[in-house]
Amino acid sequence: MKITVNGVAVEIRNGTLLAVLEDLGYGDKKVATAVNEDFVPASVRDGVTLQPGDRLEIVTPRQGG
Amino acid sequence: MPRFYGVEILSRLMLGTANYPSPAILADAFRRSGAGIATVSVRREADGGQAGAEFWALVRQLGVRVLPNTAGCHSVREAVTTAEMARELFDTPWIKLEVIGHTDTLQPDPFGLLEAARILSDDGFQVFPYTTEDAVLADRLLQAGCEVLMPWGAPIGTGLGLTNVYGLRTLRAQFPEVPMIVDAGLGLPSQAAMAMEMGIDAVLLNTAVAKAGDPAAMAEGFARGIEAGRLAYLADPMEPRDMATPSTPVIGKAFLA
Repeated sequence: MKITVNGVAVEIRNGTLLAVLEDLGYGDKKVATAVNEDFVPASVRDGVTLQPGDRLEIVTPRQGG
Repeated sequence: MPRFYGVEILSRLMLGTANYPSPAILADAFRRSGAGIATVSVRREADGGQAGAEFWALVRQLGVRVLPNTAGCHSVREAVTTAEMARELFDTPWIKLEVIGHTDTLQPDPFGLLEAARILSDDGFQVFPYTTEDAVLADRLLQAGCEVLMPWGAPIGTGLGLTNVYGLRTLRAQFPEVPMIVDAGLGLPSQAAMAMEMGIDAVLLNTAVAKAGDPAAMAEGFARGIEAGRLAYLADPMEPRDMATPSTPVIGKAFLA
């Protein structure tokens, strides 16, 4: 199914947010996530199933002022 | 030293981590500044996690406390979600809350800022609100749960210094017990010294150091300026006056006319 990851359309297999992050290569990375503009804590990623058209944001520590 | 949410700070200089020519220069600037708090952000992952991991490793090497921001957020929802992601990423309840109201001036949106501050404070965040020198807004932010105020010196990145000295002075006078940080708009150490002379507790800056020809030297310059300004504040400065008054005694002057 197709979802949007950081603004880019991506084809993923059906599954939980945890599984999708692993498929995308973020399994062991220090990232935080939001789905459809709502924060999803790391502790509940395996209980969140993504739906077609979902907007997934994956963020990481960066420079800031 | 002042305390931010119960944490005694180690330096009155707080530094941002953006726009340095290189990671090595960033680290050097922090070393020479003595800054104990670094602002950081969360941004979209772009290259499989590498850039984020490298930056985080660098910050950890600095040995500083981090203050994540919600920079660039223009809505309450955006700022709250960003804060939630930052809390998980950086494992801290501290959040520098920016809710921007105007694209050109990056002026805080006072209505969104207050609403977001209330939501985040109620959720256990310790909010550092990037605000203006408006005393009514400051009072509302304190009522919403903020225990620190961060009025701007000037719009972010301008280097104009303290553009509303009267406003900052009255804000300081109105809330003498509230830890107060001048955040943004500084360009020179003399401006940081001026903030300190007014009794401001700390300053937070980024561009003035990162965009200087020699960031590390400028960082040290700011540290010294802050030290000088704080000493002056504690020394109880003289009152300025309009008319001259001789400093050399008049009595005993030789009569030579």
